[in-house]
Amino acid sequence: MTDFPILALLAGMIVAATPILLAGIGELVVEKAGVLNLGVEGMMIVGAICGFAVAYETQSVTLGYLGAAMGGAALALVFGVLTQFLMTNQVATGLALTLTGLGVAALIGQPYIGIRGTTVGAVPLGPMREIPVLGPVLFRHDAMVYISILIVACVWYVLRFTRAGLVLRAIGENHHAAHALGCKVIVTRLAAIVFGGVCAGLGGAYLSLVRVPQWAEGMTAGAGWIALALVVFAGWRAWGVLVGACLFGGLTALQLFLQAAGVAVLGEYLSMIPYVMTIVALVIISSGRVRAAPCAPASLGLPFTAAT
Amino acid sequence: MTVLAQLIAVTATMVAGGILFWFLGKNPFEVIRIIFWDPLFDENLSSYARPQLLVKAAPLILIALGLSLGFRAGIWNIGAEGQFIIGAIFGAGAGLAFYPAESAIIFPLMVFAGALGGFLWAMIPAILKTRFNTNEILVSLLLVYVAELILASMSLGLMRNPEGSGFPGSRNFRSYPSAHNAELIANTGIHWGVITTVFALAVACVLLQRHMLGYQIRLAGQAARAARFSGVNPAGLVIICLGISGSAAGLAGMFEVSGPSGQISIDFNAGYGFTAIIVAFLGRLNPIGIMFAGLLLALTYIGGELASLRLGLPSAAIQVFQGMFLFFMLATDVLVTFCLRWRSRMAI
Amino acid sequence: MKKRLFLAAAAVVPALVAGDAAMAQDKTKAGFVYFGPVGDGGWTYEHDLGRKAVEAEFGDRVETIYQESVPEGADAERVITHMALSGADIIFTTSFGYMDATNAVAARFPEVKFEHATGYKREHPNVSTYAARFYEGRAIIGYIAGSMTRTNRIGYIAAFPIPEVIRGINASYLWARKANPDVEMTVIWVYTWFDPAKEADAAQALIDAGADVVMQHTDSTAPQAVAQKAGTVWTFGQTSDGAAFGPKLRLSSIIDDWAPYYIDRVRAVMDGTWESSATWDGIDQGMVKIGEITDEVPAEVKAGALALKEAIASGETHVFTGPVNRQDGSVWLAEGETADDATLLGMNFYVEGLTGTLPR
Repeated sequence: MTDFPILALLAGMIVAATPILLAGIGELVVEKAGVLNLGVEGMMIVGAICGFAVAYETQSVTLGYLGAAMGGAALALVFGVLTQFLMTNQVATGLALTLTGLGVAALIGQPYIGIRGTTVGAVPLGPMREIPVLGPVLFRHDAMVYISILIVACVWYVLRFTRAGLVLRAIGENHHAAHALGCKVIVTRLAAIVFGGVCAGLGGAYLSLVRVPQWAEGMTAGAGWIALALVVFAGWRAWGVLVGACLFGGLTALQLFLQAAGVAVLGEYLSMIPYVMTIVALVIISSGRVRAAPCAPASLGLPFTAAT
Repeated sequence: MTVLAQLIAVTATMVAGGILFWFLGKNPFEVIRIIFWDPLFDENLSSYARPQLLVKAAPLILIALGLSLGFRAGIWNIGAEGQFIIGAIFGAGAGLAFYPAESAIIFPLMVFAGALGGFLWAMIPAILKTRFNTNEILVSLLLVYVAELILASMSLGLMRNPEGSGFPGSRNFRSYPSAHNAELIANTGIHWGVITTVFALAVACVLLQRHMLGYQIRLAGQAARAARFSGVNPAGLVIICLGISGSAAGLAGMFEVSGPSGQISIDFNAGYGFTAIIVAFLGRLNPIGIMFAGLLLALTYIGGELASLRLGLPSAAIQVFQGMFLFFMLATDVLVTFCLRWRSRMAI
Repeated sequence: MKKRLFLAAAAVVPALVAGDAAMAQDKTKAGFVYFGPVGDGGWTYEHDLGRKAVEAEFGDRVETIYQESVPEGADAERVITHMALSGADIIFTTSFGYMDATNAVAARFPEVKFEHATGYKREHPNVSTYAARFYEGRAIIGYIAGSMTRTNRIGYIAAFPIPEVIRGINASYLWARKANPDVEMTVIWVYTWFDPAKEADAAQALIDAGADVVMQHTDSTAPQAVAQKAGTVWTFGQTSDGAAFGPKLRLSSIIDDWAPYYIDRVRAVMDGTWESSATWDGIDQGMVKIGEITDEVPAEVKAGALALKEAIASGETHVFTGPVNRQDGSVWLAEGETADDATLLGMNFYVEGLTGTLPR
């Protein structure tokens, strides 16, 4: 334990946190609009392969992310059309979406197996890189890390201070009332779902372009499901997602770093902590002991038809 | 109407899937035939594949039946996968504890333990829901991850086969007759899990049609406030629905692990609990519908396997095909709903 | 109950296969059951290369079928049965977890030959087992790693604490230490065979802990991709064509070459000479190969590695030759003593010098 690389651990935590942060913030917006999309894993993996394939073909990481966003959005649109226009059950549709996404990604990915990925450099932040402690932890990352935090900030701002955010939250809390006030429930929800797809796609692409970086079938390995847990852990607050992502990512990184430092760990039990903590957090939030704590959007997962 | 909608869905899937297979350079008609026809009627394969249909469909149907009760009442247990796992661990644990003693009491004990395991795991979201008003969708989903980690820990640690050269996974129940959920009639695929499923099917039909609880469940789902006025205890209903669905999933897990799967291993669960949710909805939460949905989905699994085996189709293509199938099935449901509504309006 | 089942099945099954058997007279059909996708770039990929080699060898006289991503348990048994029913004459099941399923199906298809990789159960005369002595390859790789490291720290990404993996760690460590007495080895257990993100994180953690050579006993090439990013870290490939990662990063590779064995066994079925056997082959028989050692490795290290390879192949050197102590200091192998296969197959301890505790 003498030279435990704490700074490297923190930097590793941020890398591990970014994909679930992106997917989580997208799902947060979806759930705030009252929709539960369990297909995050599927959208992420489609994003991962679209991002990798486009980046490889065009040799441009930016275009890669763009492709990933579109891939995720396309899949989300399928979910949106099914649940919003055809009124299918959200839970079942989301699960089917994950199944389909995994299959689609594996099909697209066949020519890209074993191919070396592109290298993504860090953002040149000049002197900030050299700040002791903060430099190596915070300022030596690639652009997507900062963009993801920017997205969190934007989501927080929009949800909290803009009319659009208010409409979205109103729809999530009580879609009938919002509809009566003239809000466009279906259109808003569709937009939120597509945004969720874009974010999940970017999160997936972060895996295949930066964290791993290559394509392998099934490479998300459950990250999408963690993103779902993350939103709950966050209590549906944007900054909470950031904290949660760092915690979830941190614990993943921590058990590996502890082992690298020669400490024996009980991997499974350490991995359980975030989920148990999330349940505890959920209980505290729901039991109303914390004043003004936001709860699950009241209309979460409920279908909306204007006629009824 | 329902049948028509489902026929439309199946046809649409065949067309869309056919196009997909054609793109992959396979003869679409052959693929479709292998998926939907061969497991049932091919003279060479069907005598094995037909019983396998029961083996694959039984846990799906059993879990989906349990879930459908709650879903009807607006109680969303989507953690059946976790209850399935814990049921299997309890059931297998009860059996392994007695190894190598042989006794007729062991298997019934395992069945009980399996149901208990699923029940207890489902009680966590149930009690949190009734005591603290936490959202049962999220708690039950989160508990799936915890259950998966417990499963990994069990197959690597406590339940690891001491004679298995250190490989992860428990002893195989195949070589422990008292605890083995064997095929009861050779070449039929029928094991105790299948029998339990048939029994559960009958119970579910009677319950929903004739019993007070079924009435309360339907009422709670359709009009929560009216249900409360008519004396339905919402907390009690949560406990009952989650308890039943948890026990059903636990039973399914126990039967799977002691029979077809044979041992506790890191990924024996293979997503039954999640697939069962889809089955419940495809069956429109109706016991008979669930039975057909379960069998149909099992058919696409077994047929899909055959297709990829015989034609060298990537398993991903089969996954996409199944995904399309589910989407079409879910989407055509809307036709039924609208037509019914339209017809009832016409009647007025 | 079991016996009754067997008799009933035996009565029905021959009738089932009769139809296909007549048709399959001219062509031998070989089936392969894979745990991962054929595109995993590791374990399954190598087995599939073996399948392709069988096709190339026999051309029209053989037909191969395969099924990828088959979960262990009930699904595996069904897939294997479907293969037997589809007229396969020999079926290779390529994951440890298929062991019981393979034996169960073998009981019902006495005419079909079954080959189970890495297992130990042969309950019926139509079941063989086969495995490769990867530890021989790992010793050579370990030797190169020990010679190359500048930080004297080798990182090792390990999947599960099972004898197979532990053997590899011990073999690599012993030979790394022979090349460099100061070397230390850090092991990370990731508890998965295939999770690119986790393997990548583990590689990163090892690099951050000061390792400049990273070895792995998992299936994805993610650690190589991470090393490529880090720039100054060396890795080893584990497939024949990991060359995408370039000579600077990938010093050499350890290749499981199943092709000769598969060709042999399929030929034995064709000739009617197939017999149940337990094969555990290594470098000598060509089941384990060492890929090209790149120019990044100095000439004398390369020569040393090749000499070691020759010595292992000729049987002159056994990878585990005493004196070797267990981690707790007790004597495992006395001076000049070599390890017997039984101990190796059940290996559940670290050798002396390795730090960290072996998870139980």
